[in-house]
Amino acid sequence: MPYIEAACATALRKARKQQQLISKRLLREDTQNGEGKAGMEIPTDPLSEQEVLQLLRDTQKGTEERKKSLSCLRQALQHKETQQKFVRLEGSMRVLIGLFTSSLADVQMEAARCLHELSHSSDPAVAEACLPATSYLLTYLSGHSIEFTELCLYTLGNLVVESEAVRKQLLPQGIISALASCIQSPHEAVLEGLGYVLSQLLQAKEASIEIIPLVLDSALPQHMLQLVCSNLELGMGVAVEFAWCLHYIVCSCVNNALLISQGIMSTLVLLLLELASMVSKAVADGLELLICPVLRCLSNLLAEEMEGCNMQVQDERLLVALFTFMQYFLNHHLFIVQECLWLLNNLTADEPFFCSAMLTLDLIPALLQLLPCSRMVALLVLTVLCNIAEKGCAYCQQLHQKAVLSSLISILTLSDAEVAGQCLELLHLLFLHWPEAAADFFTQAGLQALEQHQHHPELQERVRALMNLATQPAAASPCSLVSSAAVPSSLP
Amino acid sequence: MLLLSGLSAAVRAELPLLPAPARAPPQAPFRFSPRRLRCPREHELLEDGDIHRHLYLQDILVSVTQVTEKPKVSEFSCHIAGCCQVFDTLEGYEHHYNTLHRNVCSFCKRSFPSGHLLDIHILEWHDSLFQIMAEKQSMYQCLVQGCVEKFKSSKDRKDHLVTVHLYPSDFRFDRPKKAKSTKHSKSPLLQNTSMPVDIKTSEQPQVDSMEISPVENMENASQPLSSLISLPPEKHLNRSRIPSTICFGQGATRGFKSMKKKI
Repeated sequence: MPYIEAACATALRKARKQQQLISKRLLREDTQNGEGKAGMEIPTDPLSEQEVLQLLRDTQKGTEERKKSLSCLRQALQHKETQQKFVRLEGSMRVLIGLFTSSLADVQMEAARCLHELSHSSDPAVAEACLPATSYLLTYLSGHSIEFTELCLYTLGNLVVESEAVRKQLLPQGIISALASCIQSPHEAVLEGLGYVLSQLLQAKEASIEIIPLVLDSALPQHMLQLVCSNLELGMGVAVEFAWCLHYIVCSCVNNALLISQGIMSTLVLLLLELASMVSKAVADGLELLICPVLRCLSNLLAEEMEGCNMQVQDERLLVALFTFMQYFLNHHLFIVQECLWLLNNLTADEPFFCSAMLTLDLIPALLQLLPCSRMVALLVLTVLCNIAEKGCAYCQQLHQKAVLSSLISILTLSDAEVAGQCLELLHLLFLHWPEAAADFFTQAGLQALEQHQHHPELQERVRALMNLATQPAAASPCSLVSSAAVPSSLP
Repeated sequence: MLLLSGLSAAVRAELPLLPAPARAPPQAPFRFSPRRLRCPREHELLEDGDIHRHLYLQDILVSVTQVTEKPKVSEFSCHIAGCCQVFDTLEGYEHHYNTLHRNVCSFCKRSFPSGHLLDIHILEWHDSLFQIMAEKQSMYQCLVQGCVEKFKSSKDRKDHLVTVHLYPSDFRFDRPKKAKSTKHSKSPLLQNTSMPVDIKTSEQPQVDSMEISPVENMENASQPLSSLISLPPEKHLNRSRIPSTICFGQGATRGFKSMKKKI
């Protein structure tokens, strides 16, 4: 991902916070440049109203003229101002739609490209002017021309994301059924476009009420689960789109039980394992786009705490996969680290299985290495460690052995209140279950680290509780009696 | 899968599970309790990933030629008898074929955008049994896939399409069948929708072969295109439709390939 300039990033964050992150896609054929030279078409200056009107008239003349005029029109429509002028001309959309429904394939194609440019407009009035075309866009989804269908799909996708008014028309027009038919296409380009449309539809603010139930009722989920694992080596575009679709469905919590019954958990776990192996082989360009939504689905599904979910993920290779991702994406895509840790939290919170596996697979050092990354990452790492420590003395003993304390002392010294607070919770659990750790802590100058926070209103109570331990003799915990008995027990 | 399979062999067989006693509530003033976290769509934790996704989507696909090797071949013409359209790319031909020849009614030679609409057309226009049954029961199906409604007349169906499905009232693929007219046999220049449109310009020359651009015959260029005649029907096509399993070329691997861009 290119380094976003600070101002741009701030604007994007703000847009997202206001739920106004509108993502449109543009398919634009580069016909003007020379032999295979990639480059954006540089649009000419915007046209005057007269010029637009003339072009429109030209599109109704004889064939060769018409094709050329349409092509000029398409280029002109890259300009927002020209778009606006065009849609304001009386009868213009009617003519365009007439051309779009022409039986002359190349006229139809060029008209479709014009429509596509309009759909991509940042001016809502322009995009909404395309509304009369939607019934045709949907009808053409059952056609067989790959390029044309793809164009129709991306046009629909852009319209879908535009406004609720558009969706209020598309839903009764049968967009869900049309997509459910179209998803049977074998063509990658079509499937990717379809995934895009669906992902936009599923993000609508009214989605959980108006859209997701319809989608869940259709054959779409089963297809999505297949497509999310498909074609990974050749090009992941399709898988990426459907992974994001699944994320929007899962996080809406409309009917996750249905997805679970269709095997989503094991599908996604196996997918993550596969992706981890691709990362190891350095076949990883853009993988984070697929990994991210899959992580989210699993985390949110686990958070639902449904019957049988835990068993479906109990595969310690999943841990290895997560750490593979975190190591690989640490320097470029920190958000992956964050989201892996979120999943790790959900895996380790309740069941001892993963806590135990973390220790057995010796993943604690790798976890500790993440502490300095960012505040959010530090919080999550500490939470995971708390999850492990909370499981009892056998776990705390091992954590102690893995030299957790020195990392904690460093982080305690450097941190803000929230991170420090989580540190204190962890220390408490360690000392509670494995008092030797307390003694060790104070010999490592842990007291000084604690003192730093003793006056902070949020922290002082807990700091004092811990500081008191410095003066007490190390109590024999019931755990030390069984410490030598921390033997492998048989698997459940 | 080196790392993971190695792991599997060595570890899976006997992964020890450390004993974990029953969970106790936290001791004050400490308050931590393990908790699975659910992140709804707008959760802060998801912010960066969402922005990344957004940036990915905003990437403009610059060039089709960059994505597929779309070879230009030497010109070839459509193989359908009577159609002399020429092409120099497979995709161009594919789209032409799909638009004009794929879903063609063998009775009246009109072509349709989909097999579904063709089927409905054949049923309603060329199946005499349909007419008989339609007198007694609702036979006109709604055109929207997924809607199971049926109607007694095509007008009722149109009303349904407009009011329930918000279709335009002049939807091109649902024009009612008029009484059989001699126009049908006299003029081959029919609009390829489900019905012949009133020919606005008179005196159309008879066209025997497939003309690529019959519009050149049009006199009045300022007509809205939808009333212009598109293409003459094929004369020799016997099959009523092409099986849907037939499709053209290697599946084009188009689509967004911004993956290839350097991070």
